[in-house]
Amino acid sequence: MSVKVSTTINGDQIDFICETDETLLDALRSRVGLTGAKEGCGTGDCGACSITIDGRLICSCLALGVEAEGREIETVEGMANGDQLHPLQRKFIEHAALQCGICTPGFLIAARALLKKNPDPNEEEIRFGLAGNLCRCTGYDKIVRAVQDAAKEMRGA
Amino acid sequence: MSMDTSFTNQKFKSVGTRPLRPDGIDKVTGRAKFGADASAPGQLIGRILRSPHPHARIRKIDASRAERLPGVKAVVTAADMPDLTDGDKSMFDVLENCMARTTAFYDGHAVAAVAAIDAKTAREALKLIKVDYEILPHVTDVDEAMKSSAPVLHSKMFTEGVEPKSKKASNIAKRTEFGHGDVATGFQEAEVVVSRSFKTEQTHQGYIEPHACLASVGPDGHGELWVCTQGHFVYRNQCAQLLGMDVSKLRVTASEIGGGFGGKTHVWCEPVALALSRKANRPVKLVMTREEVFRASGPTNATSIDVKIGAKKDGTIVAAEATLRYSGGPYLGAWAELGAMTSFACYDLKNVKTVGYEVVVNRPKTAAYRAPSAPMAAFAVESVVDELAHKLGMDPVEFRLKNAAREGTKSSYGPVYGPIGIGPTLEAAKNHPHMQAPLGKNQGRGMACGFWFNFGGQTCTDINVGVDGTVTVTVGTIDVGGSRASLTLIAAEELGVPYEQVKVVIGDTGTIGHNDMTDGSRGTFSSGMATVFAARNAIKVLRERASKTWDIPLDEVVWEDGQAKALGESHGNLAPMSLKEIAAAAGNTGGPIAGHNEIVADGAGVSFATHICDVEVDPETGKTNILRYTVIQDAGKAVHPTYVEGQYQGGAAQGIGWALNEEYIYGKDGRLQNAGFLDYRIPVCSDLPFIDTVILEIPNPNHPYGVRGVGETSIVPPLAAVGNAVSNAAGVRMTHVPMSPPRILKAIDGARTN
Repeated sequence: MSVKVSTTINGDQIDFICETDETLLDALRSRVGLTGAKEGCGTGDCGACSITIDGRLICSCLALGVEAEGREIETVEGMANGDQLHPLQRKFIEHAALQCGICTPGFLIAARALLKKNPDPNEEEIRFGLAGNLCRCTGYDKIVRAVQDAAKEMRGA
Repeated sequence: MSMDTSFTNQKFKSVGTRPLRPDGIDKVTGRAKFGADASAPGQLIGRILRSPHPHARIRKIDASRAERLPGVKAVVTAADMPDLTDGDKSMFDVLENCMARTTAFYDGHAVAAVAAIDAKTAREALKLIKVDYEILPHVTDVDEAMKSSAPVLHSKMFTEGVEPKSKKASNIAKRTEFGHGDVATGFQEAEVVVSRSFKTEQTHQGYIEPHACLASVGPDGHGELWVCTQGHFVYRNQCAQLLGMDVSKLRVTASEIGGGFGGKTHVWCEPVALALSRKANRPVKLVMTREEVFRASGPTNATSIDVKIGAKKDGTIVAAEATLRYSGGPYLGAWAELGAMTSFACYDLKNVKTVGYEVVVNRPKTAAYRAPSAPMAAFAVESVVDELAHKLGMDPVEFRLKNAAREGTKSSYGPVYGPIGIGPTLEAAKNHPHMQAPLGKNQGRGMACGFWFNFGGQTCTDINVGVDGTVTVTVGTIDVGGSRASLTLIAAEELGVPYEQVKVVIGDTGTIGHNDMTDGSRGTFSSGMATVFAARNAIKVLRERASKTWDIPLDEVVWEDGQAKALGESHGNLAPMSLKEIAAAAGNTGGPIAGHNEIVADGAGVSFATHICDVEVDPETGKTNILRYTVIQDAGKAVHPTYVEGQYQGGAAQGIGWALNEEYIYGKDGRLQNAGFLDYRIPVCSDLPFIDTVILEIPNPNHPYGVRGVGETSIVPPLAAVGNAVSNAAGVRMTHVPMSPPRILKAIDGARTN
């Protein structure tokens, strides 16, 4: 069965139609055309599909498209402000915190959610805060450094 | 012009700097298009039905109900993919792996596929396909598979490489042997001998992006394939061969690749997608699930390895031998052969012998995984080397240094080494502060060395100068981890222009000649070499245009700092002509300006690394924490040092996961029990410390800049480095990877009991 869903995505009012058993990730990718969130596992283990829903970090592969009704969704596509990259986006490039880049959208969304809760995390807090996101290329070294540097800049330190 | 690939020790302006990667913005904004991110108008969704049995004869497939389901547009089985491999055994294996023919050889082996209007219909259709299986006995363990009592997978498999030729079919596909000298005599001279047996479990490359493609073939035989791959030219050749298409009529475009590590070096689901598309005459998108990725793509080998090394009391190794058994899934590979070649490659040995056995089992067809076969061999050898050093009362670094291979050493696999980095990496380890750092209770330090051959291969690069003097470099090697940045640096270096003036793109198979895959750590090495020569060819054209404009002989025009300059006092009044000026005038001086190069990039320099690892082992739970990790590796020349560090760190992290956690777990029923990231646990951010790196640069004499491949060697030492650290921390020699908490506890308990 298909239903119409009215939601807000990255600040824009969006309507889409999806099946009742369709994941939010599939709806975002196939119905809305936002392919920034990736499916790495489909079981909530890799974090590549991380988004926020009403500010809460989730794996969009574990939510249904219909759950977006009346909520505010944020994805990687909405992170930059026009041509101004979010500090995390800029620091990920500067620190070479990505190699293949498939996990990057999920890491950026998860890191932004982490820094919202804890603007001054220590290394351990960053490592545990991002433990729900898998990266197979970097060994996380440069990701942690990028998040540290972005946090510092965002604090105005 | 001549293509002298010799190292020239030039001074660099661009190479060795650390600019931002050109594809960075696309990758942080979600714009970068990966395999599953493309769609086509009218596309169907493909899905594959897989065998639930590890070994079964396929008596009959009845797809009639699936074909009648509304929305289903095509069903394919092996009958739709006839054998066109013409006696090419390895391609037949690839074909059979893509779609089982008479027999399913592993849990997850593809047996049929459907294309339907949406994913839901495709999934429903799979349930309607009835496969009549005759279940056969199976074997999944490498040692079990070698026994004469084991179920035989292939009735016509007779062990290659043995004399006299075997007359009885067995699961031992091939025997290979390497070495020199006489180990029996060598061991007679030995005063201390250590001999041990090791096992390593099967791991997956674990790329976060599942295999994905979008295939479109028309009845006229013209087709297009969008796919995540490490080599779109190789995928094109394989798909064309398996489907009876003309190579030139199949245009393959590589998506951004979400990790490969060797697992995307041959086709899996792509020929199936093309077959579905051809039958339905519509585009078909086929994306594997994570479970399918684990059950039916990738993994590396499980191994069983015996190592024996003998030394004199002064620390000289007098004999070394190893027997290595590698499981290759149901097909013959060259895995044990590579293990046998790499085992003792770090050492200068008078008497050495290695024997490799390729063994077939009812597990998925194995694929390369970053320096394929070397990490397991290094685990076994470096563990014994460490134990031997301990028995001799020698420092493990000093012991290795005393026996390290050097320039002129005849390697254990045959060739004589040129300038190499094993000694320098060991010296750097000896002097690294990590080696002197204090250790606490239940903590241990381990170190180990590793070797990888590296590869060159067929490569071509096109350089085209735009009307505004900006430069496009078109390459045919996939960028797996930043090679567009390093190739931009190389083009900028040669042309004498800023990094920002150059853009590197990866051409599709219709835009540039054949390129081998991005494997063997060859991306920056070989495409870099082709880019050097393509740029030099472009410079020759630029000089010609200047000489024409100035009306002076070509040999009186030189190219310096991105400009043509007239030589000699007689041309003193001629102002230099920039790339921009020459490009703007191109229409009047002979047309577009370009430089091309096609080569077989020979002379990939071998690579060595030494790793140091500190761990803490909890004696109550058996859990290991990595406290500190240092990678020291020879890069030849680090073109973009930040991304070289990234390769070192990434390889180390993968090796740590392999050493401590990752393994394929099969039940007695021959089914994979942990086909997901929850139960097949790769390292997460909180499992690792910062990974320190030291880049050494011992120039490769066969590359103009001295470049060696850097991608793979970093995964070779970690199994052994972690193993030696855990053994030192727990006080018991670990011989089975992964060293998961239950195995460590068992080893500790075993040592207590003894």
